[in-house]
Amino acid sequence: MVLMTSITVILKEGINMNRSIMTLTGYFDRQRDRVRHPFRVIMEKEMADHLTGWRFLILTALIALTCLGSLYTALANMSQAVKPNDPEGAFFFLKIFTITDGTMPSFVVFISFLGPLLGIGLGFDAINSEHNRGTLSRILSQPIHRDYIINAKFAGALTVISAMLLALGLIVMGAGLVALGIPPTAEEFVRMVLFILLSILYVAFWLNLSILFSVLFRQPATAALSAIAVWLFFTVFYPLIVNLIIKSLEPSAVAPPSHLIAVEQLRLTLMRIMPNQLYSEATTTLLMPSVRSLGPLTMEQMIGAIPGPLPLGQSLLLVWPQVTGLVAGTITSFVISYLLFMRREIRPR
Amino acid sequence: MAGNIIELTGLTRKYGQFTAVDNLTLTVSRGEIFGLLGPNGAGKSTTILMMLGLTEPDAGTARVCGIDPSADPVGVKKRVGYLPEEVGFYDDMSGLDNLIYTACLNGLSVIDAEARAEKLLERVGLANEKHKKTGKYSRGMRQRLGLADVLIKDPEVIILDEPTLGIDPAGVREFLDLIVELSREQKITVLFSSHHLHQVQQVCDRVGLFVGGRLLAVGDIQSLASQLFGKSPYAIEAGIDLPVRKPGEVDTAGQKRNEIRDALLGIEGVNEIREENGILHLACSKDITGEIAAVIIGSGARLTSLNKREYGLDDIYYRYFEGGDKHE
Repeated sequence: MVLMTSITVILKEGINMNRSIMTLTGYFDRQRDRVRHPFRVIMEKEMADHLTGWRFLILTALIALTCLGSLYTALANMSQAVKPNDPEGAFFFLKIFTITDGTMPSFVVFISFLGPLLGIGLGFDAINSEHNRGTLSRILSQPIHRDYIINAKFAGALTVISAMLLALGLIVMGAGLVALGIPPTAEEFVRMVLFILLSILYVAFWLNLSILFSVLFRQPATAALSAIAVWLFFTVFYPLIVNLIIKSLEPSAVAPPSHLIAVEQLRLTLMRIMPNQLYSEATTTLLMPSVRSLGPLTMEQMIGAIPGPLPLGQSLLLVWPQVTGLVAGTITSFVISYLLFMRREIRPR
Repeated sequence: MAGNIIELTGLTRKYGQFTAVDNLTLTVSRGEIFGLLGPNGAGKSTTILMMLGLTEPDAGTARVCGIDPSADPVGVKKRVGYLPEEVGFYDDMSGLDNLIYTACLNGLSVIDAEARAEKLLERVGLANEKHKKTGKYSRGMRQRLGLADVLIKDPEVIILDEPTLGIDPAGVREFLDLIVELSREQKITVLFSSHHLHQVQQVCDRVGLFVGGRLLAVGDIQSLASQLFGKSPYAIEAGIDLPVRKPGEVDTAGQKRNEIRDALLGIEGVNEIREENGILHLACSKDITGEIAAVIIGSGARLTSLNKREYGLDDIYYRYFEGGDKHE
């Protein structure tokens, strides 16, 4: 019931953002008489543009369909997923996000693959299309600060993305609840919400990167392609390159353990430059409480350890560096695009 | 100072080696329509951007409505409406929605914004097209919508950067009339930048001539003319026809021409003679059209046309161009 209400609340929020429906509701009749802060005006227009545009609709449909598909396979395989003496037995509900029968990737994998596309899709023409349409100089000649535009673009897109991912996550939870008949525990619920927040952060990183490209390149197509190139580089080529480097360093079978650990550490460090690696490490830890380390463990560390789930606090501690990395990446690209945008001279088309 | 709404002092803006605006000093008083006239690339747009605080000047200061735009751009932009060279609207929104958006950015509630937008759309003659998407607007309609967009913030000053570019002549006339009307009605100061001499001449109280980043002269058309053509306020054009030289003959025509020139220069009041395509341009200090005609006819040449004219912006403009070229 609580879930259903939250879903309806989210849906309502979504509807409220829609400009065309705005005039129909009494609530907005009151809103119409209020003076809004210019930042809110821009942000609301951005959100309305996204929500009424085809692009967001298509991306949402794509993500929703694939995720519901993965949910279906997860639910169908739930019975095999539960094994006796499973340390994660207590976290049965979380499995709907991670298990798969091999035919279809899990929910987490889908988000880590399609999330960037969502971020890129909503950001690649943020600044350059305004410039090309000639609206940028007109809007900038209104009494607003220049950074309102770029901030509102980011905030608007992020709000829309957050609402969408939150709704999607809750729908998956609700569907799981209906299909499994077992309610999630409080900790499971918190872990799921944290997972959604993490996904939002991950998409925000890509959103910022594409906004950066939209400031850098005049042509939206160039910006979109560059952002997609970065995405492809990280998902396809970068792991290959890391493998090549590690292969060349591969220690012999008789190498001392310290050497082995050093090489493994190097591999992990290199891999963790990828935002998707950070994201998948962090989500794995959050959704599989039995994960207790993201680096190599020696036998000594393992001896005497009883396989069991980590408490939420410990899981969070484990993913802290990953989260920090993602936040840092997001902020870095935002700062670069902010500075570039603030220093640029805005000439009419 | 209540009188001057725009005061620019020593304004300079450089792009690398290139100086776009060079030590510009200019004042525009409240309520007047000021024309900033100059060829493309003269630095008009850069000056305007500096007035709005969209570009920082390298040297000098600007004060618009008593506010320094580089210190408080928002304060300036509250009072100044700017219509950029190629104004852009959100094509997927209607004209009315575009205006409401601008109004909301200026701190109006949606209800007030709508009322104001409706009124202005009526005023610029777009009332019937207000629900049409701006993507379907013609160039002239966009420009008129741009004017409404500028006026929606109830500005003290409006700055129009080449507003008539790409509109047909009838549309231009209508548009200019609208500007003059609005300016007079609502006591708005208008800064009008253009390279179209005639349009500027048609609407502006005062004109600033802007070439190569420098303001060469300021004043109303008459004072500009007297500044420039102080010694010779009259221009007389005389078309003469001389027999063409036949093969084997001595070139009498050339000789004749020189004779006429000398004779004309002999008349008191003729200061300068220039020849262009068989037409003599005489710069005179007095109205001596009659004497000129008599001299030409007396010399045996045929007078095909005689035209007395007052200097217009055209002459001023070209005169300054000549001057501008000499500087380089």
